[in-house]
Order: sequence, then structure tokens, then C-alpha cells
Amino acid sequence: MKALRCTNVYKVFGKDPDRAVDHLKAGGSHDELPDDVTVAVDNVSLEIEEGEIFVVMGLSGSGKSTLLRTLNGLGPASSGSVHIGDQEITKMTLKQIRRLREERLSMVFQHFGLLPHRTVLENAAYPLEIQKVDRQEREARAMEALKTTGLEGREGAYPDELSGGMQQRVGLARALTADADILLMDEAFSALDPLIRRDMQDLLLQIQAQQRRTIVFITHDLNEAMYVGDRIAVMRDGQVVQIGTAEEILTSPANDYIARFIQDVDRTRVITASAMMRQPGTRIFSGDGPRAVLQKLEKWDEPAGWVVDSGTHKLHGMIHTDDVVRALHDNPSLTRIDDLLRKDFSAVGPDDSMAEVITLASGTPITIPVVDADGRLAGIIPRIAVLVALATASNGAENSGTDDALTREQTEEAL
Amino acid sequence: MTRNDLLFSIPLGDWVDTIIRWMMAAWEGFFDVIGEILIRIYDGIYWALATPPFWVLIIVFAAIAFFAKGWKLALATVIGFLLIYGMFQWDNAMTTLALVIESSFIATLFGVPLGILAARVRWVSQVTRPVMDFLQSMPAFVYLIPFVMIFSAGIVPGIVATVLFAIAPAVRFTELGIRQVDPSVVEASYAFGATPRRVLRQVQLPLALPTIMGGINQVIMLSLSMVVIAGMVGGGGLGNAVVASIQRVNISLGAEAGLAVVVLAIFLDRVTSAFGNKTQRAS
Repeated sequence: MKALRCTNVYKVFGKDPDRAVDHLKAGGSHDELPDDVTVAVDNVSLEIEEGEIFVVMGLSGSGKSTLLRTLNGLGPASSGSVHIGDQEITKMTLKQIRRLREERLSMVFQHFGLLPHRTVLENAAYPLEIQKVDRQEREARAMEALKTTGLEGREGAYPDELSGGMQQRVGLARALTADADILLMDEAFSALDPLIRRDMQDLLLQIQAQQRRTIVFITHDLNEAMYVGDRIAVMRDGQVVQIGTAEEILTSPANDYIARFIQDVDRTRVITASAMMRQPGTRIFSGDGPRAVLQKLEKWDEPAGWVVDSGTHKLHGMIHTDDVVRALHDNPSLTRIDDLLRKDFSAVGPDDSMAEVITLASGTPITIPVVDADGRLAGIIPRIAVLVALATASNGAENSGTDDALTREQTEEAL
Repeated sequence: MTRNDLLFSIPLGDWVDTIIRWMMAAWEGFFDVIGEILIRIYDGIYWALATPPFWVLIIVFAAIAFFAKGWKLALATVIGFLLIYGMFQWDNAMTTLALVIESSFIATLFGVPLGILAARVRWVSQVTRPVMDFLQSMPAFVYLIPFVMIFSAGIVPGIVATVLFAIAPAVRFTELGIRQVDPSVVEASYAFGATPRRVLRQVQLPLALPTIMGGINQVIMLSLSMVVIAGMVGGGGLGNAVVASIQRVNISLGAEAGLAVVVLAIFLDRVTSAFGNKTQRAS
């Protein structure tokens, strides 16, 4: 079962929304409607899987926040149906909706929405207060959530004593305390400084890795969308233009609008290490003798190589020709290389972003090993590959001639 | 030129007169009960203010001033009320204070809930706005005429007229205060399943409290000014003294009674606005 399902959802503001919806359903355009009628959501159908981070991305006025509010009934849909699991919120009474919000839906707001006259702890415990949980238990659970969001020690502070990033940590903690399985995030990090925004994105992903929830994340920032989202829906003028993973949207944008949008995506955060890595030219096994190692490295013209277990392919360490030569000079009868391995290297995981690979590339003498969850060497990333990827990422549009032509055409059109 | 020479005549005054007379006849019992209740409340408050010796009350007022703001206001309070005592206006001042307390209390009791309702229901807001305009801009003593007819001269018409004259800020500031509450905080509460009643109690009222307190301060100041005017219909207290001084062209009585009003006004204003600021810091 899907965690969330919207079917033909419309949301119209202004007088007589029913008539406007009928007009749209009959295929009429927005322009033919009276000026005081605003179409915020126009025939949106979505299915959101359990446990995924589903991002709704669009510029301001594209209807994304309005769509989010139809999901928990804060701004009920004018037409269409919204299902939370097997319950249809669009058919519920207000009382049932409140119940559903308590139990299944929590929310994080762009402007935090914290109670200024209550402490951080009381704010984090507020959803449980609404659920009439007794004080002791709700404060214990709120403390737990505050710990998760890194606010331990600040529970006695008032919101206005905290920075914006800290306040949103309270907002996040409050949403976690509610213990709902669906988390709605409305431009949750948009009001924060870029560096703090990055921290919060990482925090969200880290929390999501530990306790899986279904997250609907609204943002106008495509970089953010691609970084946190498992799937992304791009909205424009109230309609969903494309749904797909970050890579799908990057590689095959559905139309010009999206193509223009993804131009300034920071690809270093989207492209992963596994997309950049290649198979090592040679494999050095832990059982190899020093002379064999030298031969292998010489053949591939490498100053150093990665040593793996011949059976499991677990990465043991790095071996450098200088070390081998020196050791053979001291002790010509050496047969094992175990003592020559350098263990103080850094590795990346296959899902790590290119940005992380770049950081490592500056500090390593040779290649960067990609190690999977079991400690096996999955591949290596030569420094040259990092440079190539970096060059491609910084002017992604130039890479494909068609993209570029489209963009130029559109710029002219816009002028 | 007389009224008969007009192209057309609107005998509005006659209509109002007819309505009031009809009300007097039709609702006599109701008005009797209202009058009785108002007098009882007044008697109670006056008893509390007039029974203890004056210095006990001065200590109480000074303590309130100290708690609200600090020793400077407490000192000024002691000096001011000693002045009232020395001017032989103590009893008049306590009568006036009792009237102000009762009128302000009733105005707040009705005004704040009406303001809450106006903040939530659009048509209530649309109806109360012109009514409040009317109540506030009608010359104050015009109120007295119908209420004197209904309740006959004394303190009751004074209290009723004062409540009507002073209720507007209670309604307006409450509505404004609630409307000014950050909508994202209200929305957040709803998003976690709060009922409208809970949002009002735990979010809107606490956050609107400083503004509401500002409104109550205004109510008290308007009450004081109206209570003095009510002296014209035998409302008692400093108002009586002021009216008497005008009729007899008694400069010394006028100066003393007037100064006593000033002392009361400054005391009430400073204390209530200081309490208003306190709620602001707390929120």
C-alpha cells in the first residue's frame, strides 16, 4: 500500500471554487477564469511510497505548499481525493482529521512556528500535550527527540534565544516527538543560511537512516531536492511536470522548463562515487611477495596500489613502491608485505557524493578507494577522474549540444 | 426658521425617544434587576475601599505600585494619595475608584469575549466595528440622558453609560491582538491536531495578552473620564465635586477635586501599563 496518494487533486482560491474546478476539468485554461480566482493546484495525482523522501520542487507560486496542505487538511482540496494509507482524508470530518494529524501526520514549517512563550522542551513536547500524554512521559520523549536533533542542554531556553538553525532543530524535534509515520516538511530549511541548511539536510538524512518515515519535502531549491530526495516531483503553475529520481531528472528532463532548471544544479552533490569509480588496473593481494608487488605496480606505472584479501576482496591497506624498495634494501630476504601496508588512508562509500570525493582527492597521493559496506574494495577513483567529473559538472549544459541550444532559445524568448 | 419650514424632516430624536419609552415600559423588570445588581456590586467594592483606615489603603496601593513597577512609583503613589487625603477628597476618590473598577471590570468581561469572537467570525467583526465607532464617538454625556430615564438619577446610569463608553478598546485591542498572532504558530498547532479551543487558550490568548492588556488600560482610562462626567447625574464621587464646583464657581473645590482625578488617573495608568509590560516579557 502507498503511504500517501493524491488523485486528481485541485485547489482553487477565490469565489465559487467548484465552478472553477469544473471549468478546469472541462479542459479550460487558467486565463479564462475571473481575476479573483487563483488556481493553486491543478489536477495533481501522486503516489508516495512508504519510507521514501518525496520532494515536491517548484518556484514560489507553483502550488507546492498548497499541495502539502491538502495532505493534512490544513487547506482541504477543492476537488479530488487524498488518501493517507487506506484512509481518505478528503472524506473525513474535522474531528477525524484532527485525530489523523495527532497519530500519523506531523509537520515542519518554514518559519518554525514555535510557541514563543514556551521553552524548547515544552515546544518539543507540544504534540504529546495535544495527545493528552502525561507530563512526565511527554517530556521524556521530547528530550529523546531533542537529543536526536542535537539540542541536548538547550531544553530550558526560549525560542527567541536560539539561532534560526537551532529553532528549526526544535521544529524538527517537535515533529519527531509526535511519532507520526508521515512527516511533512514545508520549505523547512529555506529560511536558513546555506551552511546551516547543509547541516540540517545531513541531519534529516541521518535521522531518516535510523528511523524510516515517509517524508514529503517541499523546496524551491533544486540542489536540496536532489540531495535529500529519493524521488522528486517538479511543479509548475499548479501542475506536476515531472516525477523521477534526481538522476532521471538530470539525464532526461521532461521538457524545456526542467532542462533550464537543472542547468545550475550542483552536480557534485548528485553524482555518486559509484558513478565515478572504475576497476583497478591491477589487483594486489595480501599474500603477494614484495617483488611481485613491485612488478605489478611497475607494469601499470603506479607509485602505489591497494592491497586486498585474495578471497574476500576486503581492503587491507595501501602499499607504496618507496616502502617496498626501502624494505628490500634493508632485508633482501623479505617475503611478506604485511608490515609495509599503510593503513592511514581514507576511503569513500559507493553512495557518497562527488563533493566528498573531491575533498579526499586533494589529500591522497594516488587513487581514492571506494569501499562498500562490507569493507570490500568496490573500485578506485583516479584523481584524473575527479578532475574530469568536476569539469563536466561545472558546465553541465555545454556537455550536450541540444540542452545548450534549448537554453539559448529560451533565454531569447524570455528577453 | 423652524423645523416645520424644512423641505423634509427626519424626526430621529422622536423615534429614539419613543423607543426608549417603549423599552422602559416593556423591560421594566429587567432594568430593575440590572440596576439592583450594579448597585450591589458597587456597594461591595465601595465597602472594601471605604472601611479600612486611609493609611491601610495607601500601603496597599503603594505595594501594588511597587510590585507593578518599583519603588519610585510606590513613593509617588504614597505622596499622591496623601495629597488626596489632605485635600479632604479621600471619600470622593474612593467612590470614583469603586465606580471605575466596576465599570472597567464589566466592560472587560463583555469586551474581551466579543473581541475574541470578532477575531474568529468575520460578520461579528463587520458588525462590531461600526457599533464601536458609534459608541466611542458619541459625545459622552449624551449617553446619560436615556439611562437616567431608564434607571433614574444616581450611580447606576453612570455605570451603564461608562461601560458602553469604555468597552470599545477592550473589543478592538482583543481582536487586533489575536489577529496579530503569528499565523505560522497557529497553523503549527492545528497541524499537530489541536482543537480551535486549545489554540485559543494556549496560543492566541497568551500571545495576544500584551495587546489585550493595552486595551484594558485604555478601558480604565476611559472609564475614569466618563465616571467624572457621570457626576452630572448624581454618579457620586469626584464627579459630583467637580459638577458642584462648576455650579457654584468654587475654584478651590474644583482645583482639589480635579487634582484628585489626576492622581487617580496617573496611578491607574502606570500600574495597568506596567502589568501589561510584565505580560509582554513573560510571553
